[in-house]
Amino acid sequence: MQKGVMRPGHVQIRVLDMETAVAHYRDRLGLIHTHTDSQGRNYFKGWTEIDAFSVVLREADEPGMDFMALKVLDAATLAARKQDLIDYGCQVETIPAGELDGCGERVRFDSPTGHWFELFAEKEQTGKWGVGDRNPDAWPEDLKGMKATRFDHCLLYGDDIDGTVDLLSSVLGFQLAEQVRDEEADLRVAAFLTVSMKAHDVAFVRHEEKGKFHHASFYLSSWEDVLRAADLISMHDIALDIGPTRHGLTHGQTIYFFDPSGNRNEVFSGGDYTYPDHPVVTWDASQLGKAIFYHDRQLNERFLGVVT
Amino acid sequence: MAEGHRITLAPEGLAFSCGEEENLLQALQRVGVAPALLAAIPVGCRGGGCGVCRIHVRAGEYRTGRMSRKHISEADETAGTVLACRVFPESDLEIEVDPSAANPITRSPTIAKQQRG
Ligand code: FES
Ligand SMILES: [Fe+2]
Repeated sequence: MQKGVMRPGHVQIRVLDMETAVAHYRDRLGLIHTHTDSQGRNYFKGWTEIDAFSVVLREADEPGMDFMALKVLDAATLAARKQDLIDYGCQVETIPAGELDGCGERVRFDSPTGHWFELFAEKEQTGKWGVGDRNPDAWPEDLKGMKATRFDHCLLYGDDIDGTVDLLSSVLGFQLAEQVRDEEADLRVAAFLTVSMKAHDVAFVRHEEKGKFHHASFYLSSWEDVLRAADLISMHDIALDIGPTRHGLTHGQTIYFFDPSGNRNEVFSGGDYTYPDHPVVTWDASQLGKAIFYHDRQLNERFLGVVT
Repeated sequence: MAEGHRITLAPEGLAFSCGEEENLLQALQRVGVAPALLAAIPVGCRGGGCGVCRIHVRAGEYRTGRMSRKHISEADETAGTVLACRVFPESDLEIEVDPSAANPITRSPTIAKQQRG
């Protein structure tokens, strides 16, 4: 957090059909549907999140990710990082407060992999859903589906991942926690970046095309909950991608599936932690099967190649 | 599915049955009788988003769900080029793997590298 960037704040995802998408994120993932704005976008949050929202769905004719936003400490930090981004050479745009309901001014910028990110300093805090912050109970009783606790990270696909890693680390203070390297080709194939103790707040995989979205991930509290999510995927005939299994990278316990517009979701539990003095964990590209699916140790074309 | 329409893959002539409430990709997965078909039409997101299941319908009537414009343009749609996971047959169909398909799966350099070994 050395540059005042605290954590992921929200992700705006494009969906082909709003009605089925709302049902998926609310009833299957179990996010709290907070409201619909005047543009028809729908807002959600995980029940443990203090912010008013962390996921925004926008109907469009092509699915994928519009942008991922990070919260900074305060308005002064926002202004300072905005100038740093301009100096770095990013295309920078200021989105006025209120463009997303409940969110303050946002500084939007592009990246070498073609993804759009945002910084913001203020968002309405409605508190943990159903428990509050005064003598809070352990969990609220009225949760649905997988009971996703929070929006955790995104995995994004693009060409110049070294460029984006440099931007996010040098300007925003991200730390490279884990990576996959192809030593033969002297190439970084994947990068896992964090501004916190988490193994990743955002991750990148090298891919020919810019600006692709691999998945948005939501945190569950246990492996038992991941297995329960797998049960729900079968009960409701949700398009399963892969899992339940464990990753070698970050060692999280995970399952992947698709929303009704073909965007990939992950729910996971566990995973490694990182402090600023930790060395980078490296997986060799020759061990990629095990790095991604620790039990199967087999690469899966769909997991690697299918993106929106 | 007794009620299903007969879906034929040109030019091989392999056939399977698909009901009106079922999409072609689902039917393919369910039948599983023709590994050649499954290999020819990859199963991706099943939501019309990723574009890997692009096919061309040569003959027959069908409905489609919403498909990503990135993968299926209006012209494609008019010409019968569609995503198998969003196609619901309303008659027997004759389909082929989209000849122009630039399958995103095989475009991943990571996969290309692994496949080369
Ligand atoms: S499987 Fe992704 S578009 Fe059909
Ligand atoms: Fe993930």
